[in-house]
Amino acid sequence: MATQFYMEFEKPLAELEQKIQELSALSTDTMDLGAEIGKLEKRAEKMRESIFSSLTRWQTAQVARHINRPFTLDYLKLIFTDFIELHGDRNFGDDHAIVAGLANLDGEPVMVMGHQKGRDTKEKVFRNFGMPNPEGYRKALRLMEMAQRFKLPIITFVDTPGAFPGIGAEERGQAEAIARNLREMSRLTVPIIVVITGEGGSGGALAIAVGDRVLMLEFAVYAVISPEGCAAILWSDGTKGAQAAEALKLTAKDIRELEVIDEIVKEPLGGAHRDHQAMAATLHEALARNLKELRQLPAEELVEQRYEKFRKMSRFVE
Amino acid sequence: MAWFKKDKTPLAQQEAKKVKVPEGLWTKCSNCSEVIITKEIEKNLNVCPKCNQHFRVSARQRFDLLLDAGSFVEHDQDMVSVDFLQFKDSKSYQERINASVAKGGSKDAIICGAGRIEGTPVQIAIFDFSFMGGSMGSVVGEKITRAIERALDSHTPVVIVSASGGARMQESILSLMQMAKTSAALAKLREKGLPYISVLTDPTTGGVTASFAMLGDVNIAEPKALIGFAGPRVIEQTIRQKLPEGFQRAEYLLDHGMVDIIVERKDMRETLSKILKMLYRP
Ligand SMILES: [Zn+2]
Repeated sequence: MATQFYMEFEKPLAELEQKIQELSALSTDTMDLGAEIGKLEKRAEKMRESIFSSLTRWQTAQVARHINRPFTLDYLKLIFTDFIELHGDRNFGDDHAIVAGLANLDGEPVMVMGHQKGRDTKEKVFRNFGMPNPEGYRKALRLMEMAQRFKLPIITFVDTPGAFPGIGAEERGQAEAIARNLREMSRLTVPIIVVITGEGGSGGALAIAVGDRVLMLEFAVYAVISPEGCAAILWSDGTKGAQAAEALKLTAKDIRELEVIDEIVKEPLGGAHRDHQAMAATLHEALARNLKELRQLPAEELVEQRYEKFRKMSRFVE
Repeated sequence: MAWFKKDKTPLAQQEAKKVKVPEGLWTKCSNCSEVIITKEIEKNLNVCPKCNQHFRVSARQRFDLLLDAGSFVEHDQDMVSVDFLQFKDSKSYQERINASVAKGGSKDAIICGAGRIEGTPVQIAIFDFSFMGGSMGSVVGEKITRAIERALDSHTPVVIVSASGGARMQESILSLMQMAKTSAALAKLREKGLPYISVLTDPTTGGVTASFAMLGDVNIAEPKALIGFAGPRVIEQTIRQKLPEGFQRAEYLLDHGMVDIIVERKDMRETLSKILKMLYRP
C-alpha cells in the first residue's frame, strides 16, 4: 500500500490513516504508542466498514474506476499460471486495450482475455484507457474460436469505459466487430465465464461478456452508458454524473436484482484496490467452482442454456 | 449508447425544415434548398425530386412501400414498455412512454409481423423513429427476437429496417442485453441457413448498429443515411478533430466495406425481392 489514492468520500479515513502512520513513526522503545495506535486502527476499520457498506451508486462508480484496482493482467498473475499472451487479429493489428492468451487455472488450460487499463500516464495511453478498437474485439473472437477448437473454457475480464469512439474505429467497423462477437459468443461450444471486474461500459463491455456465468465484483458497475454520457444527453450536463448513476442503477446489487448477473463476488473491506491478493483469492474460488459446474454440461446443453439465459432478459407488459 | 441528443433534434429538425414553408403546401428541401410542392415529395416516396435527398418516412409508410398489398399480419402489437427502474430525468420514463403512445403511431419503437415481398414470405420488423428516437429497450429487443424465432419456426427469411439512436438509456442494463439477445437469435437463423437482410436507414447508430443491424447476410443502406457506432458529436469531443467529409454516411460505409449496397427507396422492394429469391429455399 505504498501510494494510496483516496477517493473524495474517503477523506475522514485518509486523515485517520495518516495519523496512524505518524504515530507509528514516532513510536519508540521509550515512548510506546502501541495502545493508542491500536485504538485508532480499530476506529479506522469501523470507519471503512461504515463507508463501504453505504456507498452511493456514484461512489461505487469511483471505486470501480480506482486507479489501483486490479486489472486483467493483475488477475492473470495472481490467479493463473503460465500465461502466454497471444497478439493480433490477423487482419489489422494488435489492440493493447484487450489482452488475451493461454494460461493454466489450477493446472488446467484455459483461454483468458480481458480489457486492460493502464496505471501511469504512459501506460494509460498505451492501453488507450481500456477502450478497444475493432481489432481488439476481433482478436478476442479469434482466440475464443481457437479455444473452441481445442475445447478450452474461456474466462473474460470486463473493465472498460466503452468501445473507443474514433474515426479509425468507425472506419474499421466498431459496430460490426461488437455485433459479430455477440452473435458468435452465443454459439461457442465451450464454457464461458465472464467477470465484470471494474467498469462494464456498454457495448464495449458486452462484446466480451456473453457467457454461461456472469460474475460481478461487489463494487464494479455495469450500464448501457457511462453516468457522464447519460447526464450529457438527458440532463444536457455532463457533470450530473451522480444523478445519472442513481438513475442507471448500475451496481452489482442492482444488476443482480434484474437477473443479468449470476453472482456477486465479495471484495476485501475498502475495495479490491486495497488488497489484490485477497481479491484474487476470492475470485479464484468463484471461478474454479463455476467452471467445475459448467464442465459437467454437454456442449449442446451449455449452448441452449446460454441462449435461454439471455433470452429471458427483458421487462415489458402485453 | 444512445449517443443521440434525444428525439427532438434529428426528427423534429428535419420535419420542421420540410414543413415550415407556407401552410405545408410547399416544402423547402433541407439538402438542396429547393422549394417544392409537398405533394410532389410525398408522391416521390418522401424523396426530394430535385436532389434525391431521402427524408424519413414512418414505419407504416414503409410497410406499404415494401410489402405486397394486403399481405401484412402484425404480431405483438400490444406489447408495451414499463418503467421498471423508475427512471427519471426531467420527465419520468413512464411519462415519456405515455406521451409517445399518445401520439397514436405505435406502442413502441418497432412494428413487427409477417408479410410477402413480391410473393416471398418474410418476417419483417420496421423501426418507428418517431417513438423515442427509435431507441431499443426490452420491447424492441423482444419483438425482434420473436420475429426471428417465428422465422425459424415457419422457415422464412427475416428483414429488419432500422432507424434508431441506439439502446434506450431508461432501461439501462436490460436495454444493453437486447443486443446480446437479438444477436443470439440471429445466430440460430444463420445456422438454419435462412436469409436475413438488414436495411439501414437514417439514422442507425449505437447499440442497434452494434448488434442486429450490422449482421445481415446482406446489409443494404439508403442513400446518405447516417450509420455508425458512436455518434459524430461524441467522436468529435473525444478526438478533438474535425470529422472527414461524408463521415458515417452510407456512401462512406460502402467505401469502407461495411454495407453491401446502397439502394434508393424506390428500388428497395424490387432489390429485396431479387435477393430473397436468390437466397431463400422454401
Ligand atoms: Zn433536394
